[in-house]
Amino acid sequence: MLGFFVGEMIHSLFLINLSGDIFLEKHWKSVVGRSVLDYFFEAKEKAVNPEDVAPVLQTPHHYLISIYRGKIFFLAVIQTEVPPLFVIEFLHRVADTFQDYFGECSENVIKDNLVIVYELLEEMLDNGFPLATESNVLKEMIRPPTILRSVVNTLTGGTNVGDMLPTGQLSNIPWRRAGVKYTNNEAYFDVIEEIDAILDKSGTTVFAEIQGVIEACVKLTGMPDLTLSFMNPRLLDDVSFHPCVRFKRWESERVLSFIPPDGNFTLMTYHVSSQNLVAIPIYVKQNISFFETGSCGRLDITIGPKQTMGKTVEGLMVTVPMPKAVLSVNLTASQGNFTYDLATKVLVWDIGKLNPQKLPNLKGSLSVQAGAPKPEENPALNINLKIQQVAISGLKVNRLDMYGEKYKPFKGVKYVTKAGKFQVRT
Amino acid sequence: MQALANQLCENRQFGSKMTDSKYFTTTKKGEIFELKAELNSDKKEKKKEAVKKVIASMTVGKDVSALFPDVVNCMQTDNLELKKLVYLYLMNYAKSQPDMAIMAVNTFVKDCEDPNPLIRALAVRTMGCIRVDKITEYLCEPLRKCLKDEDPYVRKTAAVCVAKLHDINAQLVEDQGFLDTLKDLISDSNPMVVANAVAALSEIAESHPNSNLMDLNPQTMNKLLTALNECTEWGQIFILDCLANYTPRDDRESQSICERVTPRLSHANSAVVLSAVKVLMKFMEMLPKDLDYYGTLLKKLAPPLVTLLSAEPELQYVALRNINLIVQRRPEILKHEMKVFYVKYNDPIYVKLEKLDIMIRLASQANIAQVLAELKEYATEVDVDFVRKAVRAIGRCAIKVEQSAERCVSTLLDLIQTKVNYVVQEAIVVIKDIFRKYPNKYESVIATLCENLDSLDEPEARAAMIWIVGEYAERIDNADELLESFLEGFHDESTQVQLQLLTAIVKLFLKKPTETQELVQQVLSLATQDSDNPDLRDRGYIYWRLLSTDPVAAKEVVLAEKPLISEETDLIEPTLLEELICHIGTLASVYHKPPSAFVEGNHGVQHKGLPGSAGSAESESPDAVSAGAATEAPAAVIPSQGDLLGDLLNLDLTPPATTGPLPHSGGMQMGAMDLLGGGLDSLLGGDLGGSPAMGAGFGAPPAAMPPAFSAPVSGSLYDLFDLDNGVGMPLGSFCPPKTVWLPAMKAKGLEISGTFVRHAGVIQMEMTITNKAMSVMTGFAIQFNRNSFGLAPAGPIQVPSPLSPNQNIEVSLPLNTVGPVMKMEPLNNLQVAFKNNIDVFYFSCQYPISVLFAEDGKMERQVFLATWKDIPNENESQFQIKDCHLNSDAASNKLQSINIFTIAERTVDGQDMLYQSMKLTNGIWALAELKVQAGNPNYTVSLKCRAPEVSQCVFQSYEAVLKN
Repeated sequence: MLGFFVGEMIHSLFLINLSGDIFLEKHWKSVVGRSVLDYFFEAKEKAVNPEDVAPVLQTPHHYLISIYRGKIFFLAVIQTEVPPLFVIEFLHRVADTFQDYFGECSENVIKDNLVIVYELLEEMLDNGFPLATESNVLKEMIRPPTILRSVVNTLTGGTNVGDMLPTGQLSNIPWRRAGVKYTNNEAYFDVIEEIDAILDKSGTTVFAEIQGVIEACVKLTGMPDLTLSFMNPRLLDDVSFHPCVRFKRWESERVLSFIPPDGNFTLMTYHVSSQNLVAIPIYVKQNISFFETGSCGRLDITIGPKQTMGKTVEGLMVTVPMPKAVLSVNLTASQGNFTYDLATKVLVWDIGKLNPQKLPNLKGSLSVQAGAPKPEENPALNINLKIQQVAISGLKVNRLDMYGEKYKPFKGVKYVTKAGKFQVRT
Repeated sequence: MQALANQLCENRQFGSKMTDSKYFTTTKKGEIFELKAELNSDKKEKKKEAVKKVIASMTVGKDVSALFPDVVNCMQTDNLELKKLVYLYLMNYAKSQPDMAIMAVNTFVKDCEDPNPLIRALAVRTMGCIRVDKITEYLCEPLRKCLKDEDPYVRKTAAVCVAKLHDINAQLVEDQGFLDTLKDLISDSNPMVVANAVAALSEIAESHPNSNLMDLNPQTMNKLLTALNECTEWGQIFILDCLANYTPRDDRESQSICERVTPRLSHANSAVVLSAVKVLMKFMEMLPKDLDYYGTLLKKLAPPLVTLLSAEPELQYVALRNINLIVQRRPEILKHEMKVFYVKYNDPIYVKLEKLDIMIRLASQANIAQVLAELKEYATEVDVDFVRKAVRAIGRCAIKVEQSAERCVSTLLDLIQTKVNYVVQEAIVVIKDIFRKYPNKYESVIATLCENLDSLDEPEARAAMIWIVGEYAERIDNADELLESFLEGFHDESTQVQLQLLTAIVKLFLKKPTETQELVQQVLSLATQDSDNPDLRDRGYIYWRLLSTDPVAAKEVVLAEKPLISEETDLIEPTLLEELICHIGTLASVYHKPPSAFVEGNHGVQHKGLPGSAGSAESESPDAVSAGAATEAPAAVIPSQGDLLGDLLNLDLTPPATTGPLPHSGGMQMGAMDLLGGGLDSLLGGDLGGSPAMGAGFGAPPAAMPPAFSAPVSGSLYDLFDLDNGVGMPLGSFCPPKTVWLPAMKAKGLEISGTFVRHAGVIQMEMTITNKAMSVMTGFAIQFNRNSFGLAPAGPIQVPSPLSPNQNIEVSLPLNTVGPVMKMEPLNNLQVAFKNNIDVFYFSCQYPISVLFAEDGKMERQVFLATWKDIPNENESQFQIKDCHLNSDAASNKLQSINIFTIAERTVDGQDMLYQSMKLTNGIWALAELKVQAGNPNYTVSLKCRAPEVSQCVFQSYEAVLKN
């Protein structure tokens, strides 16, 4: 006998905004009453932040699995044993699709495109089973709205429904349609690395890893078969690929061999966790302290370059969620601007470029609510930064070859390093 | 005014950009009416806009089903967009308006022949959504064609449609040979078709466990493994979950499957990854550990699990819950990956808490320094729940890694110095456990703890502190003052604190008898005379009696050496862990409960176990230590009979179980027997003396017993579990009187009345069929709709026909429980179709759930106890049976006649308590406690069941049989 999951995985979907209004519902089997959501609302009430609502909730007769994206809860109602990751992945895919179609995934944009949204949902899931989730395929069945098209449609009574079957459906390469034609053939790859790190008070690295992703924009005619190789593929011990990548060749030769989808897609993600490979581009000297008496405190932050691979650190920004008791700040920045949001108690210092000759510094006093006890928690600093033209892990693309087509495409690779979840404890 | 408002509305409609929000600007009044008019407009464009408005309303939850006929009228069109919109509408409402949907059937059939594959697929898909028997006959031919359609898009849609049809009429699907066609589609050339075929087969197999649909043999395995490479990500999940149920013949096959599954670990879809992990974790069990491949596989499992943690927080959460299981089963996989579980301050709280749990599980001597530094960092965070858990975690580290205990204690002391109230309280609770784990090592910190006495306001912390003071009374100069200060508000304290205070003062008295006599008198009288709490009162009495009869014995009992706290009290019990490993990636793995615990009325929940290892070299593994500790766990779950008696006495000499169940492992044989044989005789009713079972019971946890078991004992304990002989012989089967199910008026003269009975293990539907019509009746047949327990006729109904007018006949139809299952409301509802030469008639009736009570429903006592404890209290329901004049023996006999078995009986304060069990044919157990009081005609039944939905029905059976 087979396992525990049942095809009818998602019974219903509800989209709920932050104030708890249900602004879209879709039922694949029978209509489920909204009262089932009471359990969700209860959990939402209890949570301090919307992000803190647990993604899987149990009710007497249903399970509620939700994700939180773009200030919207996507909530699936489940009646039987279903792999929850399956549902969560699918919900994220729905959100990705909206993003892809409408440029953003927000309540307004969904409300403005209800019919398309409905058509998409119906096409993505049949009888609770995912049907078409590849954006290439979907876009041929249901055309995304463009301002031009909606104007034309209104004038001519045109349609936003594709009346042809997506050609990708006919081939064994579901992610690519046949008969793609371009006058300019081009293939661009962005290697984007994000540093996730926790540094402690003294500046020692507690934990660091690199999350890398290769985003591709491939506009090539016909059925090109690409091979991408790296100078140093050994760096990559943990990878996940777009379904188009031939895993066998990666295993044996460490090259990426694939027939690409048309347009933008994520070719691979990887992560580098061995710490000696993770360079930390900056150091932070900081001191945030509160005095026992006098209801005030001091703040002093200096940032300097560390391992920058000879490149300039840009887009430097420091975010500090202050303790609730901090009423106002009186600070001076040697470079850049700072703001302190009184409502959310978040201090943001936007520095910009890091000049090694003149290190940026922010210092001054913090005033604390009179009579309040000295804040107990230590605020952590969140760092944002960007370094162009380098992948901090040292990963380099060696070459890109194309087979199967005769023309010569434009090729390009760009590198960028950013801070991901980069935190400095105080 | 109104006109102006409308005008404004109109303007906005045209002024705004062309978006769907415009569909909401129509005024509320007469909205449906307006839409109706527009739908019936001659203009194509207007029609389309109207349908769009209808869909938009539907999307926000408005009921637009009243427009059904008008929307269906728009269906006959060559405009693809309009057609698609109409189909969208139909799919949503076809289920609730099946009769209307039939009106559209001709168009469906026609559309199934359309040259455009999109329309063919749309039509077959929508037809599958209309859950009416009548439509199925129209569906068969189009479906057959679509399954063999030249276009893969149509084939994949048709594959899912087979599953839908099977749901409506399983027999038909089998008869039409659709299942075979579906199996063929597994080898289809198109990956999407393969994926959907697997999905459809899985769904069918799930609802029909006996269908043998995909009996997994090496050939099908091979097919599936090939399809795995071909099909879409979603299909891969289905295939992997399906593979996980296969049991390989030997380790070589196991290895080859693992090799073919491993590439899935690099998939971008986390659900694929986790399903692959499940397959590998399961099949790994069969590989000999000395095999090189085994080591390679272990290494390959770590990176994908780590990668899951960089995904979105919701995915992380599910991954972490599963990793929690994986590190318990195979700690070696992630032992070097501690750092990825470090908490980031902007992780959502549910991720933080899970990470913390895994950090403790991975803590070892090698990494304990870093872990402690992290935990200390967390203890200064903002979120109170998280901080508390971090402090507890430090205590768990101390208990888990002996070498770190000292460092943990000093970290805790640092935290106490912060004076943050909840941090101090948590720290004291865990320090108490550290004392118990390492006696006579860290008591020097007591002075620091005592300084914080005043700030403790939570019962758990107060109880812990009191325990410490009592336990180390001889080292605390002012112990008596400290305890006395608590005594002042004795009645306002929670029970936990009261019990602890009582024990602590008795300890103090035994250690410093001269100065504290008054204090102990005071607490004993508070506990015995001024308290309504039976636990407290009885403990008070026992101490009192002990102290007054034999102070030496009292000393031996109360000040006895306590068993040490075991290393990991929070490990999941090994058999459950094995089962959960087989369910990695499912809801069961998120809740850490076996699927049987919460999958409703599941037909024959299969307990999955890991396959045995070929070369069982388990003990050689350096990590086997924790596994070894875990094997002792079952003792904690299923107490021996001796433990039970201990529980009944509820002496609770150990501090209240706060950090999870305390270990039972022995160590308490210190002359308790003598003691009970002597002075306590009179108290306990005199016939306890020398019970060999008494000795071991003292260490048992008092937690989570059924209320009656921990209640004060005044009756004879001997009776408690020795009354098999008293339980009477089964009487004749219980048979409720017949009722009229189908009145003649409603069925053209056919009247059926009937009842259900279970006799010798066979369920019978007893019917009286009466012909009240003017003509003869022939051609009788019966069919059941799907129902909660899969009741179905075991054969065709045998009615001698013809049945002449005014004749009646008794018919007995044997039933089985292997039919299709669907939850009904009420649960025991049965919908029946009854056919004769005149027409088909439908009626519904309710069967007593007792016909489903199996003959083997008598549970072992110990299993009963364990199960009762294991079922959460929310699942308990209580019912009153009024006006019942049976004594408990008679009641027990009567109940046994419907297979409700009495397992134990005892008498407390003139109340008879019967402990009973019953098992439904689908394997659900129900446990009951029946209270019968002499002279009181009202019985109380308390029911506990993992599927609490059945409780109401079970209660009805109690009532019916007892009042019969």
